[in-house]
Amino acid sequence: MDIPLIRLDNISYQYEQTKALTDINLTIKEGDFLAIIGPNGSGKSTLLKIILGLLKPTKGEVLLFGKPANQFKEKERIGYVSQKSNAFNTGFPATVEEVVRSGLVKKIGLFHRYPKNVQIEVRQALKSVGMENFAQQNIGDLSGGQQQRVFIARALISNPKVLILDEPTVGVDSKNVRSFYLMLSHLNREHKITIVLVTHDVDAISKSISHVACLNRTIHFHGFKDEMDSMSDEQLEAWYGHAVRKVDHRNEVQV
Amino acid sequence: MIDSILRYEFLQNAFASGLIIGVIAPLLGVFIVVRRLSLIADALSHVTLAGIAGSLYLSQSIHALGLLNPLYLGITASVTGSLFIERLRRLYKHYEELAIPIIMSAGLVFGAIFIPLAEGFSSDLFSYLFGSVSAVSRQDLWIVVIIALIVVLFLSSFFKELFVLSFDEVYAKASGLPAKWIHVLFMVVTALVIAGSMRIVGILLVSSLITLPVAAAMRISKSFKQAIFFSIVFGELAVIVGLVSAFYLDLAPGGTIVVTSIIILLLTILSKKWRGKGVLSQ
Repeated sequence: MDIPLIRLDNISYQYEQTKALTDINLTIKEGDFLAIIGPNGSGKSTLLKIILGLLKPTKGEVLLFGKPANQFKEKERIGYVSQKSNAFNTGFPATVEEVVRSGLVKKIGLFHRYPKNVQIEVRQALKSVGMENFAQQNIGDLSGGQQQRVFIARALISNPKVLILDEPTVGVDSKNVRSFYLMLSHLNREHKITIVLVTHDVDAISKSISHVACLNRTIHFHGFKDEMDSMSDEQLEAWYGHAVRKVDHRNEVQV
Repeated sequence: MIDSILRYEFLQNAFASGLIIGVIAPLLGVFIVVRRLSLIADALSHVTLAGIAGSLYLSQSIHALGLLNPLYLGITASVTGSLFIERLRRLYKHYEELAIPIIMSAGLVFGAIFIPLAEGFSSDLFSYLFGSVSAVSRQDLWIVVIIALIVVLFLSSFFKELFVLSFDEVYAKASGLPAKWIHVLFMVVTALVIAGSMRIVGILLVSSLITLPVAAAMRISKSFKQAIFFSIVFGELAVIVGLVSAFYLDLAPGGTIVVTSIIILLLTILSKKWRGKGVLSQ
């Protein structure tokens, strides 16, 4: 049986007196395209931070590629794209090439320089996100959507098996959101990259994803996107915290 | 001028250490500015002054310390101050900038206590505040050389990690970089550069040599590599023009170096404006 790439066993997390997550069990397998959705304050970003090792759970265990998170050293196998708005200072004097190249920092290791052929790797990573003509542009001169593509290229350059994205379309204009998700879909299907993302764009993302996890401090549903239809109104209300209306457009599910 | 440099050791010391500082201060300054830590240089320079005044006082009170170069205790104070800043920044997670005024006031307070206690220091105070061409000893020069070697070793070892940390700290931590330790080392190296630059530029102006060439370089740079290159070029230009004019006009080099840096900054701002209006292209 394949080892899950990410497994969370009974994870709980508490910020001082506030319980942020309770008894989370989640398994992410190779090839999954999982969207973690939920209302504001439901613990989505906290959950990602726990997976990434930025926060230590107060209870439970995180297994990455079958190993306990504290013993997992190959961090380059997990690519991370943070929320654009929090990520960087737009006045930073760096080219797209310099930013993408920096994604190799962990893979290369301390005290080693970038390899001589690093430009080829940068070009390939940029090509996979449709940004190959922007290598010499200043990162701050790009639009929000283009910057997010560059950050995905930075994550891809170390050939990760999993790509984790925290609300990647914040600051991206609605016109480019759909093409952004199509690109993620392409990476999932053609490059066999497992994708986990936190999002509010349930509508825009629904065509691309394979799995959904509905989170509100605990997991209310985790399964194939189509199975989400089976959630009763009571379950939906328990998840979202107030009454929600489910709209079904062909194979899209919106809440 | 060349004749005088060849003849007088104090001028050789001043020019050699000035040229070295003209490279290392803006080189480290690029990382300080992009990490929004510009004011740290001011806080640490005040702590360095307190260390130097304390050293002079101790050397007068304790006979065994009579031959101690005051820069040693200045460096120790600066490094200790940098570690305290780091500690306070972690303690006040949501108000990180509080660490700077706290350490700056501590430096000023100790300075205010030790300066009157250290006999004869008041007469040297001006040179400590604004730098001096004649005050750099051969021992000071060697200290600057050692600090420069530490800076080069540190930056060549951690350049790519520092870039990631400066550009996106959350990503750096998620990538598993030892962010905390690299940052502590960075602060210590910054403290060394500030203490080392002090004899030439002076306590009050040391942060200018760290930040002004970088501010000018950022106006015209499209890449990080270019920002580093132009920062060093502008830093060197400011030091050379500043030291030569200080020598001929009998002024404090800190002032002339910083005035040159301000002129360079203004020129880069204006050149960008002119280019924007197409004046230069016509």
